Order: sequence, then structure tokens, then C-alpha cells
Amino acid sequence: MEVTTKSMPYEAWKDNEYIESLVAELKANGTNVVVGSFDKLINWGRSNSIWPLTFATSCCGIEFVSLGAARFDMARFGWEVARSSPRQADFIMVAGTIVHRMAPVLRRLYDQLAEPKYVIATGACAVSGGPFKKSYHVVMGVDKIIPVDVYLPGCPPRPEAMIYAIMQLSRKMKVERFFGGVNRKEKQQEFLESHPVEGVED
Amino acid sequence: MADIQERIAGQFPEATFDTSDVLTVEIPDAKLHALARFLRDELHFDYLMTIVGMDWVEKMGCIYYLQSTADHNRIAIKATTADRENPMLHSIADLWQIAVIYEREVFDFFGIVFIGNPDMRRLFLSIDWKGYPLRKDYDPSLNPVPTENERQSDFTNTYVEQADGKIVKEQARVFEEDDFVVNIGPQHPATHGVLRFRTAVDGETIKKIDVYMGYIHRGIEKICEGLTYPQTLHFMDRMDYFSAHNYHHGLCMTIEQAAGIEVSRRVQVIRVIMDELSRIASHCLFIGTFCMDLGATTMLFYTLRVREQILDIMDKTCGARMTFNYDTIGGVMQDLHPDFVKDVKALLAVLPANLKEYDKLFTGNVITRNRMEGVGYMSREDAVTWSVTGPSGRASGWACDIRKTNPYSIYQELDFEQVVMHEGDAMARFKVRMKEIEESAKIIAQLIDNIPDGEIQAKVSKVFKLPAGHWFRTVEGCRGAFGVYLESDGTVNPYRIKLVPPCLPAAAAVDHLTRGQKIADLITIGGSLDYIVPDIDR
Repeated sequence: MEVTTKSMPYEAWKDNEYIESLVAELKANGTNVVVGSFDKLINWGRSNSIWPLTFATSCCGIEFVSLGAARFDMARFGWEVARSSPRQADFIMVAGTIVHRMAPVLRRLYDQLAEPKYVIATGACAVSGGPFKKSYHVVMGVDKIIPVDVYLPGCPPRPEAMIYAIMQLSRKMKVERFFGGVNRKEKQQEFLESHPVEGVED
Repeated sequence: MADIQERIAGQFPEATFDTSDVLTVEIPDAKLHALARFLRDELHFDYLMTIVGMDWVEKMGCIYYLQSTADHNRIAIKATTADRENPMLHSIADLWQIAVIYEREVFDFFGIVFIGNPDMRRLFLSIDWKGYPLRKDYDPSLNPVPTENERQSDFTNTYVEQADGKIVKEQARVFEEDDFVVNIGPQHPATHGVLRFRTAVDGETIKKIDVYMGYIHRGIEKICEGLTYPQTLHFMDRMDYFSAHNYHHGLCMTIEQAAGIEVSRRVQVIRVIMDELSRIASHCLFIGTFCMDLGATTMLFYTLRVREQILDIMDKTCGARMTFNYDTIGGVMQDLHPDFVKDVKALLAVLPANLKEYDKLFTGNVITRNRMEGVGYMSREDAVTWSVTGPSGRASGWACDIRKTNPYSIYQELDFEQVVMHEGDAMARFKVRMKEIEESAKIIAQLIDNIPDGEIQAKVSKVFKLPAGHWFRTVEGCRGAFGVYLESDGTVNPYRIKLVPPCLPAAAAVDHLTRGQKIADLITIGGSLDYIVPDIDR
């Protein structure tokens, strides 16, 4: 199964092995014809209307603004509905450095997102702490506090790179089981249990 | 300045003077407040630029940089204490409003308590943070990533000196006991980043705002202490990312002057052109996001058109759209792209029509005028006492453009107007920025045809030492005066770099400007001040 989007040929993607491993996982136990078809239909809808949370802490956020404007125009892909409330959003684009003071806040925002939810770690800071590796107040990568689906390097990543990252996320959505959601839920639960945050009710 | 020194010496015989950079007056703590008052009232040093906290290991202290708004002379006061366990200095918070915030910052980083400051809480770090990070003996392992929500407190501390000289710690409420407090931020689309306002409201009227900062405090000043001078530069891109070139210019200039490095004329011209291009791009984005905050979403698309054009020019020459890392010590990273002159001229050609369009679409609009005129009034006195510089200060009638008051690089030779308006409201702050775009275009037009030939990089070794000493330089960022305080102990690393952001005072002044206004106007006022949160927090 070639998982791709309309605007990009399958060969042009950089990490098809990973997506193929997801496909294999998906097919491992066989698929119910009826549920499988519904899955496909729902995933088609979901993967073409990924709504981001308006969330930016620093430089990467400005490139995200550029992404929304006429030149890069993320409305072409159905991502332009940036929501200010996490309850209405599908994913957080963690655009910028996350520091100690922000960490519990980000975790709470993540918990407030409605299932199924996704995270893109945007830029060097969110991926690993980036240029602030030696800082006393920076979280060295958001994967220390929330599970990350797509890592997007760059400082800041260009809007084209952001498009590529969200398209990758869209591909990932296409190979999920919406009904049952085995792919995600267990992993997520596992992650949350190994990264407890007191004071936040999961 | 010799005259000033004599007058101070006459009044304060215990003062000692250091004239190696800005005239620095060292004074015992007991006389600190009296000297500050004397400088402000008698000698007209009425603008508090910054308070630099310092840890010299054997003693701790502060350096206060003051500037006169009349003749733009600078002076510094230095006060120290040898007590590391309970360092205390007297507060000057009653003389300058902004000192409340500046002293909180010093307390946060160094643990120096200011006697008489009405609000002695931490500023950037959480209430339970252990230790003081900018002290030389700070141990980072004390503070792991928090796994709990931050503890909140309704109380603040004050330290009061009693008649017998004893210092007593007292608690005070931040808000009154029956205040209704609404929390806005840190994740809010109209706070322009992760800033948080605890807002006490009476119906729809704002009674008081408690500004919470530090949600993007990255500790740049401390990281710099462990790096060589060229390594410190790239952080300038990541504070106020719209003023990346200007901030780079500021730090490079400080280090160059400290090291005695000459910069060629070609580099000066390139730097100034880049600074002004940044200013245009920055103000364009301001107009777009500000209008978007007010509900006019479409404006963003119009203004980003010009911004994208500028980013393309930058992209060709610097190789990046945002974090350019272009200015280096003694020059610039690479030479101009062959298309540079052509592209800039194309930009200058389309700019007037674009500005006209913004005016037509937005400035004269009746809804705009209703929402902006008379909203968030800031008087000149307020701007000075809150140290709100840049376009926001100039909209209140304070001529504070560093390019004119303390010219650097080649600004002295250029023909441009300092845009000053006197209305002091949100509309004036908006209009000043519109006019500044024209002035920046004027500067670029003067330079673009005669960029001289020459070296783009002076001979500078990768790792070098600065002579022991201290330097304080300012440049005009896109949002106001950006200062760099650099202290060297003669090694390859800076002993202390203090970055003075223009956005911190702007955010601090929100409380004052919004009192008595409607909560809906908070967004207008905050937007018109145009602060950038990573610049506030550093």
C-alpha cells in the first residue's frame, strides 16, 4: 500500500520505510472489511482537515504565521483552521522553546486536546533544546513531557519544511485504525505512565 | 562631564569615579537613593536605561545606567555589598516606575534584595526555584524540569527598614482581597507569545494587571558566560527575531569597540541597510498582527506580501529567512548577493503604493479609529519613567531614537527624520510605525546606490581575548533601545553580558496603561505596544 498525498508522488517521500512498518503493523492481524472501509473513509477526512492549535512560544511561531499567509497558504491542505482552544484542535505544533515554567502548561494543553491528538516538535529547541542546550531553564526536547509524532528540525524550519512535516503527519493518520485505535492509545498510555505529572489529572 | 563629576563630588564626597567607559560613580549603599534622586532631579538624568546585576564573587552589586532625555549624556551608578548570604541594597523604585521590574529581575537572578521595593517577588523563574542562576556558584542540578503545576501565591514580599535600621520582611497582597481576578495567557492568541496577565476586573473595567513573565526565559545571559565571543552572537537572532540584524549589530559593535577592531565602510553601509530592511519587515508584521488582533484579519496578507519580499532579499544574501547570523565581529558573514541592489530597488519601488493601500484599507476606517483613538494613553512622563522607548515612546512625544540621540555606525551622515507624535494613544503608536517605514526606505534609498567597495571582514582570530574592562553600548532595535553591557576579565569568555531589551518595559507598562480601561481594550493596548515575548524573557 502506497501511503501518499495527492500533491506528492510516493517516491519523493524521505522515510517510506517507517510508514511501511506502520502499514505492516496495521495489516498484521488482518482487517475487518466493514470496519476497515469506515476507517479508510474517516482517515481520509481526518488527514485532510488537520486543525492546529494556535500555540507558539518563539521564532518558529512567526514562520507558522508565514505559513498561514498567502504565499505558502496552508489553506490549500485544509490546515488553516487554527484554533485558539485546545479542545477544538487536532494537533499542537510546538513552535519554539519550551522552558521549565512552560512545561506544566504545555502538558496541560496536551491533556486538553481531544482524542485522537498529535504533536509536531517544531524546530531545534522543541526537538532537543537546540542552541539552548546549556541553559538552566530550557527543557531539552518536548518529548520529555509529551509524546511526539513528527520531529521537524531547523532553526526555525522554513515554511516549506513545515508543510512537509504536516504532510507526514497526514500520512501517519492515514494508516491508523480509528476504530479501536490500537496503534496509538496503548503507546500513549505507556508514555503517560512513564512520564507522570502530578497535579494534572489524565 | 567633568563638570558633572565635580558637582557629584561636591555633594557626595564618598563617591569614587571611573571614567574608562561611561562615567561610573561608585557609592555606598546608604547614599545610593540620595545620589539617584540628585542625578534625576538636579542633573536631569531622568531615564533609567537598565539595572545590571553583578556577581564579582568577593562582592555583589548593581550598576544603574541613566541617560538624560535633554542632552543624551549617560552616567552610571555602582553600588555593591559584600554580604553573599543576605545581599541587600536600597531600592530606587520610588524614583522610576520601571525600577520595580528591573529590581525584581536582579533579585531573581542574583538574590539581591531591594529594601523598599513594593513587590519583591521572582520575575522570570517560578516561585519555588532554588538558588539564583546568574551567580557564579549556581548549581543547575538543583532545578530539574518541574513535574507539577507551578505554585501560585496571592502575596508578595516587601522589605521595610525600620527607624532603628532593622530590616523587616513583610507580606502584602498582590490584589485586594475581594478582587475578581481573570487569568489571560500564557497560551492566548492575542498576547503575542507566552505572556500571562492576571487581571483584576470590576465588571468590564480593569483594576490592576499582574504581568507574569518567564514562560520563554531561556537564560541567554548565563549561557553566554561559558562561550567565546563569536559564539555568543547567534543568540541575538533569537531574542527579538524581527530585530535580528539590529541586535547583532549592537553586540558586534560592543565587542569590536572593546577589542579595538576597525570595521570597513562597506560593512557599515551593509549593516545599516540590513537594519533598516529589518525595521520595514518588522513594522509590516506589526501592522498585520495588530490589525489581526483587532479583527481585521485580511491586513496580515497585505503586509506579509512586503515582508516576504524583504525575506527573499535576506534569504539570497544571508541564506536564511529569519535567524540570519549575518553580522560577525569585524564584518559580515558573506558578501552581498549580485541581485541585492536590484531587489532592494524593486522593493523601494513598490513600497509607497503598499503603504497607501494600508492607509486606505485600515488607518482611516471608522471602526479602527473608534477602537484606537484615545485608547491606552501614555504621557511623555509615563514613557520616560517606564522607560518605554522605540516607536511606542516616540508616539508619546519622547524623542528617544538612539540613531539620533546617540548616533552609532554611519547614522550621523544620513538624512532622515525622527518620527515623533504627541497623542500618546494606540493610534499614534500605529502611525509612528507607518511613518518609520517611509523613513527607513529613505535611508536605504540614500545608501543603495553607493555601497563602497572594500573588505567585508576584518582580520579577527576565531578565539580572542578582550582586555579587562566594561562597556555599555546601545542601538535602535525595531522596538526601541537595545543595550549591551559587556564585562570582561581578560579571558576568552565574557565575564558578564547583560542584554537590555526594549520590550520588557513595554510589557511592564501594560498594567499602568490599562488601569481604568475596558478589558476589550487590553488587546488593543498590548498589541500597539508591540512587545516580543522572547525579547522580554531572554
